[in-house]
Amino acid sequence: MVNESAVFWSRALTELTLSFHIIYATIGVGVPLMIMIAQWTGYKKNDEHYILLARRWARGFVITVAVGVVTGTAIGLQLSLLWPNFMQLAGQTIALPLFLETFAFFFEAIFLGIYLYTWDRFDSQKKHMLLLIPVAVGASMSAVFITIVNAFMNAPQGFDIVDGQLVNIQPFIAMFNPAMPTKVAHVLVTAYMTAAFVLAAIAGYRMLKGSNHIYHKKALLLLMKVGLVFSIAAAIIGDFSGKYLAEYQPEKLAAAEWHFETEDKASLILLGIMQDGEVKYAIKVPYALSILAHNNPMAEVIGLDQFAEEDRPPLYIHYLFNIMVFIGMFMMLVSLLYVLGKARGWQFIHARWYRWIIVAGGPLSIIAIEAGWWLAEVGRQPWILYGLMRTPEGATTSDHVDLMMLLFSGVYAVLGIGSIVVLIRMFKKNPIEREIEDRHSEKGGDIL
Amino acid sequence: MTLEILGISVLWLFLLGYVIVASIDFGAGFFNAYSLMRGNDHIVSNIIKRYLSPVWEITNVFLVFFFVGIVGFFPQSAYYYGTILLVPASVALILLAIRGSYYAFESYSGMSGHKGYALAYGVSGLFIPAAFSVILTISEGGFVTMQGDQPVLDYKALLTSPLSWSIVVLSIIAVLYISAVFLTWYAQKAGDHKACELMRKYALIWAVPLIVSALGIIIEIKSLGNWHYVQMVDLSWLFALSGIVFLATVWLLWAKVKYGLAVILLIFQFAIAFFTYGISHYPYLLYPYLTIHDSFTNEAMAIALVVAFVAGLVLLVPSLYLVFKLFVFNKDYVSGKEETHV
Repeated sequence: MVNESAVFWSRALTELTLSFHIIYATIGVGVPLMIMIAQWTGYKKNDEHYILLARRWARGFVITVAVGVVTGTAIGLQLSLLWPNFMQLAGQTIALPLFLETFAFFFEAIFLGIYLYTWDRFDSQKKHMLLLIPVAVGASMSAVFITIVNAFMNAPQGFDIVDGQLVNIQPFIAMFNPAMPTKVAHVLVTAYMTAAFVLAAIAGYRMLKGSNHIYHKKALLLLMKVGLVFSIAAAIIGDFSGKYLAEYQPEKLAAAEWHFETEDKASLILLGIMQDGEVKYAIKVPYALSILAHNNPMAEVIGLDQFAEEDRPPLYIHYLFNIMVFIGMFMMLVSLLYVLGKARGWQFIHARWYRWIIVAGGPLSIIAIEAGWWLAEVGRQPWILYGLMRTPEGATTSDHVDLMMLLFSGVYAVLGIGSIVVLIRMFKKNPIEREIEDRHSEKGGDIL
Repeated sequence: MTLEILGISVLWLFLLGYVIVASIDFGAGFFNAYSLMRGNDHIVSNIIKRYLSPVWEITNVFLVFFFVGIVGFFPQSAYYYGTILLVPASVALILLAIRGSYYAFESYSGMSGHKGYALAYGVSGLFIPAAFSVILTISEGGFVTMQGDQPVLDYKALLTSPLSWSIVVLSIIAVLYISAVFLTWYAQKAGDHKACELMRKYALIWAVPLIVSALGIIIEIKSLGNWHYVQMVDLSWLFALSGIVFLATVWLLWAKVKYGLAVILLIFQFAIAFFTYGISHYPYLLYPYLTIHDSFTNEAMAIALVVAFVAGLVLLVPSLYLVFKLFVFNKDYVSGKEETHV
C-alpha cells in the first residue's frame, strides 16, 4: 500500500530539512578545524590576533551549532517518521554507524561546552587549546559516520536476502561499503574547504568595508592557504568519485554527464542545455569522460541506453554537476592566485574587485555543497536503497505530511533569518578594533 | 540477561537521563519566564543561565541517543512508531527547534531579558514533554488499528482519553518539580539564598499535585483493568518505595537540610518509578503488536551495538564527569565569580 501524496511530501520535506541542515552541518564540521588551526597558530607564534580569531569564530560558531543541532535532531527523527519502512531495514543493517554518530555528537557537545565556558580559566592556554581536539574530532567523526549511512544507501551490502528475509547480516561489511571511502573523504574535505572560504568571505567583507586591521589580513591569508589545500584535495577525491560511479553506479555518472550511448573514447559534456531531448550549446571535451571514468582515453563508458526507463535518474542532475565542479575549480583558482600573489607581491589580489570575488566565494561554496548533495541524492533515484528498495516503498503511509511540510518550512525560515540577524548583530556591535582595545585595558596588554 | 533486555534497559536508562536533565532545562525556562513576568527575575535568572548555558546542547544529545538507539536495537519500532507518531513527534520537534535555537540566539547575542522570547521559551518547554508523553498512552494499546499491514493512529480516541490527559498533566508537573528541587540545591551551592528560598517554595508547591496526578493515573489504569494494570499490581511495592523516597525528599526540603541529598533522592525516586513502569510494560513496546522480543534486531547487529555502546561509555562517562566538575561542582563558576565564556 503506497500513499502517493505522502511519498511526494516525504521527499519534499526530507529534501527541505537536509538542504537547510547541511548549510549549518558543513559549517559545523569545518569551522572547529579552523578554530583549532587559528588557536594553534596563535599559541605557536605567540600572536594575540590568531587567538582572537579563534575566539570570535567560536562565538559565531555557537549560533550555527544551535541551528545545526536542532535541524540535525529534526532530520534524525524525521528519518523514522517519514521513512519508517526504510528505517526498519536500515535498523537491522546500518544501525551501528547511526549509533556511533550520536556518540561523536555527544563527545563534541561536551567539549564544545567546556571550551566555550572556560576561556581564560585554565592557567595555560595550551590546556584550553587541547579541548579543541575532541571538538574537531567529534565534529568530523559525526560527519564520517552519517556519511557511511548515506554511502550504504548507495551501495548496500553486508546482508543476504532469502525469501524476502534479511539474513547473514554483517554490520562492518555494511559500514565499509564501496561507496564509503570516496563519499566520506569528499564530504570531509569539502566541509573544511567551505568553512575556510566562508570565513575568508567575512574577513574580505570587513576589509572592503574599511577595516584595515592587520587581524583581517592575517585571517585572510591563513584561510586562503587552508582553502587552497582542501580545494585541491576535493578535486582529487572528486575524480576518484567519478571512477567509483563508473564502476558501481554507471547510470548516475551517465545522467550527470548526459552520456546516452555506451561507447569508448567517450567525450565529456560541459555546460549546455537540454531542449526537446537534444543537447545544445555544450562544450565537448574529447576522451575526457573515458579518462574521468577509467583513467584511459580509450576506455568504454556505460551510457544510459543500458538502463530501463524506470531505473534512470532525472537528467537535470547534469546542471548540478556543472555547478559543483565549476565552483570548486573557481575557488581553487581564487585561493591559488591569492597565495601565490601574496608570495610574489602581485598587487591585484588587494584590489577591490578581487576582494569582492573572495566575498562571493563564501556563498558560492555553500551553493556547491548544496548542488553536490542534490546531485548525489537525486542521482540515485528511483532508489532509496540502490538496487533494493524504491523510494515510494520506503515512505510513510501516514496522512498529514503536507501539513508538517508547511510547519517545518515556517520553522526553518525563522531559524535561517534569526541566525543571520543574530550573527550580524553580534559582530557589528563588537568589531575587532573594540575587542582588542577592551582586552588590553582589562589585562593591561598581557593577553597570552 | 538476554541481549534485548540489556538493550531496552540501556535505552530506558538514557531516556531517564533525558527526562531528568531535560526537566531541569524545561522547568528552568518556565521559572525564568514566570519570574520575568512577575518582575523578580533578578532573583533566579542568573542561577538558571549559569547552569543552562554550558549544558543545553548535551541535554539534546540524550534524546537523540534514545531515538537512534531504539531504531538500532528495535528496528520494528521505527516502522510502527514512526508511522503513527508523525504528527505528535513533529510538533515536539518544532518546539525543540524553536526552543533550542532561541536559547542560543538570546544568550550569546546579548539580547537577554526580552519578555516575549522568555515567555515563548518557557511555555514551549512545557509543551514538549506533553507532546512526547502521549507515546506512553499509545503504548497501552487501543489507539492504533491496523489497515492491511499499516498501523493507523486514532487521534480522536487519543485526544478524548482521560488517561492521555492525565499523563500530560503528570509530565508537566514532574518537570516543574524536578527542576525546582535541582535549582534549590544549585542556588544554595551558589550561596544565593533568595533564589534558593524561592525555588524551595516552588518545589514544595509542586510536590502536592505531583503525587495527586500520579495516584490518579494508577486509578485510571485500574479502571481500564487491562493487561498493564495486572502487571503493575505485582510491582506495587516498588511504586510504594518510590513514594517513600519522594516523601523523604519533600521532608528534606521542608526542614531546609541537605539539599544535595534531596537531589539524589529525587533522582532515585524517578529512577525507581521509571524502571518499575518499564518493567510492568514488559514485554510490550506497543500493545499488542510489538514486543521487545519480536522487534529485536539480529544478533550480529546487537553485539556490534553493545560493543559500540561500551566503547562509547568509556569516552562519555569521564567527559560528563569533567563537565560536572567544571560547571556544577565548581564553586567559583556556580557563584558567578568566574565569567569566562567565549
